Amino acid sequence: MEFKNLKLSKKTTFVIWVLIIAFIIAAPSILPVFRLNLLGRYLSLAIVALGVDLIWGFTGLLSLGQGIFFALGGYCAAMYLQITSSSEFPNNIPEFFGLYGVDNLPFFWEPFRSPIFSLFAIWVIPALVAGILGFLVFRNRIKGVYFSILTQAALLVFFNFFNGQQKLINGTNGLKTDVTQLFGQMVGSESIQRMFFWITALLVITAWFFSKWVVKGRFGNILIGIRDDEPRVRFTGYNPVLFKTIIFSIAGGLAGISGALYTVQSGIVSPQFMTVPFSIEMVIWVAVGGRGTLLGAILGAVLINYAKSLVSEALPASWMFIQGGLFILVVTALPEGVLGWVQGEGPRNLLQRLGLKRKIETYPSLEIKNETEGLKNE
Amino acid sequence: MLLDSLFNGVAIGSVLLVAALGLAIVFGLMGVINLAHGELMMLGAYTTYVTQLIFKLPLLKTYYNAYVIVSIFFAFIVSGVVGILLEKTVIRKLYGSPLETLLATWGVSLILQQFVRSVPLAYGTGLVISLIIGLFLPSVFSSKVKESINFKYVKFSSWIFAALVGVLSGNLISSSVSKLSRASARNVDVTAPAWMRGQVEILGTAFPKTRLMIIIITLISVIAITLFLNQSAWGMRIRAVTQNREMSDCLGISTEKVDVLTFGIGSGLAGVAGVAVSLLGSVGPNVGGNYIVGCFMVVVLGGVGNLLGTIFASFGIGIMTDLIGAGRLLSIWPDMPLPLSNTINFFATTSMARVMIFALIVIFLQFKPTGLFPQKGRMVES
Repeated sequence: MEFKNLKLSKKTTFVIWVLIIAFIIAAPSILPVFRLNLLGRYLSLAIVALGVDLIWGFTGLLSLGQGIFFALGGYCAAMYLQITSSSEFPNNIPEFFGLYGVDNLPFFWEPFRSPIFSLFAIWVIPALVAGILGFLVFRNRIKGVYFSILTQAALLVFFNFFNGQQKLINGTNGLKTDVTQLFGQMVGSESIQRMFFWITALLVITAWFFSKWVVKGRFGNILIGIRDDEPRVRFTGYNPVLFKTIIFSIAGGLAGISGALYTVQSGIVSPQFMTVPFSIEMVIWVAVGGRGTLLGAILGAVLINYAKSLVSEALPASWMFIQGGLFILVVTALPEGVLGWVQGEGPRNLLQRLGLKRKIETYPSLEIKNETEGLKNE
Repeated sequence: MLLDSLFNGVAIGSVLLVAALGLAIVFGLMGVINLAHGELMMLGAYTTYVTQLIFKLPLLKTYYNAYVIVSIFFAFIVSGVVGILLEKTVIRKLYGSPLETLLATWGVSLILQQFVRSVPLAYGTGLVISLIIGLFLPSVFSSKVKESINFKYVKFSSWIFAALVGVLSGNLISSSVSKLSRASARNVDVTAPAWMRGQVEILGTAFPKTRLMIIIITLISVIAITLFLNQSAWGMRIRAVTQNREMSDCLGISTEKVDVLTFGIGSGLAGVAGVAVSLLGSVGPNVGGNYIVGCFMVVVLGGVGNLLGTIFASFGIGIMTDLIGAGRLLSIWPDMPLPLSNTINFFATTSMARVMIFALIVIFLQFKPTGLFPQKGRMVES
């Protein structure tokens, strides 16, 4: 358990960050509006990927249900936008209620009239839901694949719920945000979208610093301890349930912020955010980028999504094959992800040229060893 | 009324059971979560469709009524062979890291889905045929041949032979059955033969025959698998490896062979489940995805390594789904208090019933975290 090996060397990190920031600053002037909007969306997905990295890369909890929290954040943002721009519709409530003959606003919409409440709701509600769900699961020492299956089932449950409730949150159709008003302008307009791009870029960096702070120091060490040998952490006197619940709800909160940013930039939130494939994709971004390296999560999310949009435009049918192949390739050949590979056995020549010849060991193994033994001897 | 509900519940439960059976065996033995299980079911369903069309050819027309029975065997073999290939190429490398297996099998499931969409079924069939030949032809030879140094050339040439046969049969099927010669992402329909349509009346209630057929398929699969596990030599080896892998290895059981066999059987059962699913509705590339989470719930609820748990859990979930989803509680107990009946009405759709059942399962796991029939042990981990 050599914790220092989890960190990228300072120079690599610095170089990558300089490149990223330069790109973000230059992006609005280089890229056409459509591409800029796409980039903004993918940057917002980087935040949810950071959350996945915190719980999977550092704590060893593979959640297949991050879509729940992502969508909850999106719904919170969309509900605020819908309700503030509903003054011209009958009964002062969002337009879609009229379709189902609903005259009174459902009670849980009321608080979203307040912008302050909504700003908090975006991350507090997903974090709370994650905390409660996580506590119920972790309390019983449910872990490993059982945890993954349960999160996936929870995802499906939330999907069914949101999909079926037309009269509460417009069901399958979802909530549109691009025709709503913010600061007297359409949310879909170019100036507002540009503002969201900057906010997203800023929040990605903030989220990165925050995650870095979380995994640093004693708290981070315990997380890694839980990943590598949970019983030992427990016997040392720490309560893993508490730490797992906290980190799971942090990841939930990050997912919520990410979902809200994604929603306002894509113009709609719908139960489609809670489909099973989307949540598993989040995991693969982190796996490709390099789990246990926060930068890897960001790079993975942005680059894979960009690749996805480029490939899907050119050859729609082939993306599924590529994606499936990527899953298999990453887990069998590149278990440390691209960044881990670069640091480890990777192209040493390249490292030498950058003045990084010092050999860095790769990211230590997950709880592979004891989990097998647990299963084998059960 | 109650009988009606019970029958519906058992029918839903038996689909779940036959689908979850393979998953439970694989998970119990190897700790592998196979997210491609749903897609193996889909392959089984498509096998039924292909078999049906082939049995419509003039040559086999007279046996058309038997195609469902035949397709059960075909589906078992097709899904089983794909499963064995999956084990030999991907999963073998990942034993001991269940989370990685989960991701890799998800990748496999994406590839299989897209494969069905973009490759004509005729050539897909050809490919499967060549896989079957390639995997099994080398084992036909006598042990004397197998031990010789040149056996690798025999293996190699049998793969070439297999590829030839595959291409030929693919072409043959595509030229004789025009429906199979084009790739299509659209759903296809399997029509039950005449003797399976209609209803049977038992104790004054009418039951659809297809559902009865599914219950029978499930029953036979459960009995067959129980007999296999408890009576045959290989079954005993499988149980031994499930209980203690290292010790079985030391005692001379080839755990590698046991893994392949178990995975093949588990996947084959997914194929049989696919036949059942194809009788219920139309078959599409996404058909497996609708069942997979339900199967996982069965495995989680039933506990690992115990078929009884799987059986109880799937019938329990099936009956609960029917009771909640069809709002039957209300008709059983008509004058319940208003708030309660409002709640029940709120959950009285199939999708909301799932919501309710998940909540119930989570509550249940608070009391019994290892499922209905946990294996006893004194591990720290468990």
